[in-house]
Amino acid sequence: MSSKDPKNKKPFSRRGFMQGVGAGASAVGILATPEQAQAQGTVKAMGPAAVPVTLTVNGKPMKVNVEPRETLLDTLRGKLDHTGAKRVCDRGTCGACTMIVDNKVQYGCTILAIDAQGRQIQTIESLTANGKVHPIVPAFVENDAQQCGYCTPGFVMAAKGFLDKNPNPTYDQVKEGLGGNLCRCGTYVGVRKAVLEAAKALRGGATAKGATNA
Amino acid sequence: MPNYSWPPMDQRKVMGKAHNRLDGFAKSSGRAKYPSDVNREGMVYGVILTSPHAHCTIKSIDTTAAQKMPGVTAVRVTAPAGTEIQWAGAEIAWVAADTEPHARDAVRAIQVAYNVLPHFVSEEKKSKAGTRAKPAGEQTTGDVDEALKAADGVSEGYYAIPVLTHSCLEPHGQVIEWKGDKMEYWPSSQAVSTVAGDLAQQLKIPASQIHVSMDYMGGGFGSKFPSDIWGAECARLSKDSGGKPVKLFLDRATELTIAGVRPSAYANIKVAGKKDGTITAWQSESWATGGFTGGGMPPIPYIFTGIPNRRLNHAAISTNAGGARAWRAPNHQQACFLTFSAIEDFAAKIKMDPVEVLVKNLGLTARAALYERQIRKAQEMADWKKLWHQRGDSGSGNIKRGLGIALSTWGGAGHPSECRIKINPDGSVELEQGTQDLGVGTRTVVAMVAAESLGLTVPDIKVKIGDNAYPVSGPSGGSTTVGGVSSSTRKAAVNALEQLFLKVAPALNADPAKLEAVGGKIQVKGDPSKSMTWKAACQKLGVSSISETGKNDPKNPMGLNTQGAGGVQIADVSVDVETGVVKMNRVVAVADCGLVINPKTAESQVYGGVIMNICGALMEERVMDETLGRVLNADMEFYKLAGIKDIGEIVVHMDVHPDNDKRGVIGLGEPSAISTIAAISNAVANAIGVRVPRVPLSPDHVLTALYGKNMERSRA
Ligand code: FES
Ligand code: FES
Repeated sequence: MSSKDPKNKKPFSRRGFMQGVGAGASAVGILATPEQAQAQGTVKAMGPAAVPVTLTVNGKPMKVNVEPRETLLDTLRGKLDHTGAKRVCDRGTCGACTMIVDNKVQYGCTILAIDAQGRQIQTIESLTANGKVHPIVPAFVENDAQQCGYCTPGFVMAAKGFLDKNPNPTYDQVKEGLGGNLCRCGTYVGVRKAVLEAAKALRGGATAKGATNA
Repeated sequence: MPNYSWPPMDQRKVMGKAHNRLDGFAKSSGRAKYPSDVNREGMVYGVILTSPHAHCTIKSIDTTAAQKMPGVTAVRVTAPAGTEIQWAGAEIAWVAADTEPHARDAVRAIQVAYNVLPHFVSEEKKSKAGTRAKPAGEQTTGDVDEALKAADGVSEGYYAIPVLTHSCLEPHGQVIEWKGDKMEYWPSSQAVSTVAGDLAQQLKIPASQIHVSMDYMGGGFGSKFPSDIWGAECARLSKDSGGKPVKLFLDRATELTIAGVRPSAYANIKVAGKKDGTITAWQSESWATGGFTGGGMPPIPYIFTGIPNRRLNHAAISTNAGGARAWRAPNHQQACFLTFSAIEDFAAKIKMDPVEVLVKNLGLTARAALYERQIRKAQEMADWKKLWHQRGDSGSGNIKRGLGIALSTWGGAGHPSECRIKINPDGSVELEQGTQDLGVGTRTVVAMVAAESLGLTVPDIKVKIGDNAYPVSGPSGGSTTVGGVSSSTRKAAVNALEQLFLKVAPALNADPAKLEAVGGKIQVKGDPSKSMTWKAACQKLGVSSISETGKNDPKNPMGLNTQGAGGVQIADVSVDVETGVVKMNRVVAVADCGLVINPKTAESQVYGGVIMNICGALMEERVMDETLGRVLNADMEFYKLAGIKDIGEIVVHMDVHPDNDKRGVIGLGEPSAISTIAAISNAVANAIGVRVPRVPLSPDHVLTALYGKNMERSRA
């Protein structure tokens, strides 16, 4: 890691740290495990200037140049025009940037874009792609689970990840399971109802009003 | 003049029926484009250098190195050498660069030498404020000393409610792009029709050169009216970058530091009265800060303005901290918390049920009958008679349950607004209005009003808002939007329909005044056999559309909207006296709403108001570092908001009632966001037997109140 590089004498800062972490492809992103890093194979120096990477977004490979310190969230929002995920806290607290990476619910602001290579990145946009609508989306509409809506895509993706693993949740499990997202407008009452309704629709094979199964 | 009045309550087909918000799908699918989502060809990113010191002067500033950094397109300084800075986070210099990381690199390369000066950031310690405390002068009514002497009971308490930040999830900011001398402006704003004028003034250009577009925005709560220096500097960075579009949004720490706060309030209060609950005297010594400029006085005693003997002293304290902005019901949460905590303490002192104390004194308020009806309703919904007990009388276990109540009041009359309705020969209807939907459901509400007025359905109306090319509508503040936009829409629709009636009357062989639009048809009143479909009627227009406007004039709302909303909330909590954790069981909210257009979004407004203030009651507080003078918790980890499991259950009762309906439309956003904090604070006092003087009711504050060395009770 470049932080052990004797030439790297810069004072410690978050950005500097991100830069340092990004300088090796095997470097540990905040959420990547050493095993994952190893599994990716060769240790190849990258950066600090922008480097070309390929990201698999909603099943499609996308080529983009990223700086090693750039988060997956910023890359998606700024360079790939996938703006559904929002940047709010930028520190893994609020959940506005929630996406599903390799079948795991993740905060896009805590993953470096270079560490997302070779992983399956699923964003909110995938829930209404190719003429299909995932039942969670209409469930949010029916239950008025959005006001300003800035937190909403994050909630929808958190709900998707939660229901993928808990198809038959209780009310209390919903409250626990969606605890990683914050809303300032106060939409929680609607969100609770929406998630339960979506679970029902998904289980029954029946779809919430307006949904076409995805 | 046409009859603009609302259709009678029992004849409405669209209004009053729950309708999904029109932009629900766009938002829930992530397809809605917010200002911060705007990406333009060749766009560069703006980043601000802010002051690390709460009070200082700039000795020198050197941007030479920054100018040469990779990707930099512009560097600007707004606090040159000699400038005095009055709060940490104040803007000093600005950089635009091809990427955001590059802009941040360049900001770090700016060399600034500061001359650090003493600061003051802790207004709770009023004795230390010195000349920074500006007394407002004593206000007295009646004879307080005499009333205190004659009273059967006097309560005395200290109450403190801190500075909060708006914490809009979408930060303040905008994208700006010059096209020649014209500008495209995508702000996150509460004021689509007026924000261009504000920016134009800063830039000294005609407002007509600025085109504003904003379909969605991620929260404002009172903090997003002006274009701010952020807008002006974004425009200048764009100019200096050769006209490239610039995206500049505050980062989270800056957002929480300088983008607006709710002022604090502190008070020592005495309430005196008789054994039967009659309140005879109020005495308060209060102080507050809204940042460097001080700030206003909360309206106390709140609602019970008729207390016969009153003595009030207030001081506004200037601190070296980011300034106040309007915060969803400005000064009302503070006033409500101070007043209803003090009255509840008086009730406890004379060992009376606080509900009965409130009812006993309703004659001291402006709306006795309304409040009594609402109090009784809330009392029944909250199971008050069964669950309420004398203060602290909550059993021997560690978990203590308690109930608390508080009232609210708000204006909420409609703002000035104009709407244009176009009826096209193909039967389509367009509604244009320079208003904004902050997430309260404005889009949906105007569509419902137009549909109702034209005898159509909501999908028949194409709503166009969020653009300053449309007729001017006021900023969204003070819960004035729904009254304004619904009234102007109603008038525009009625005016347009009149024109349509003139065109189709000959074909129906009828007097235009005898026509009505119902169920997608134009028909003769009382003779539905003489009718024609909406589409056929519109074909009579030939090639030209009808385009009519309607205006809401706040001086003459013509009964369509009004002001003056009451409201009652009751909180039910359980407190663990070992850990100090307050758990929300339930909040019951009785909302006074006048005529309700869309019950679904109206109810969401009330949920939102309650939840926002559960945050304020239990966890939110801006914490200042006294040594450094900075905000200690300028992030979302330590500036706490409630999550989905922290809020308990919320039961809303919209006070839909013919008596209320005939008052017209009243705004709802603020009245629902006032009394929750006071109700929760009272519920905690009821549960644990002592007043926790400071909100938020964090474990620390609760335990200090229970066991702190200055308290009467001890752990033994
Ligand atoms: S922006 Fe990623 S968790 Fe808040
Ligand atoms: S809907 Fe506005 S933040 Fe959640």
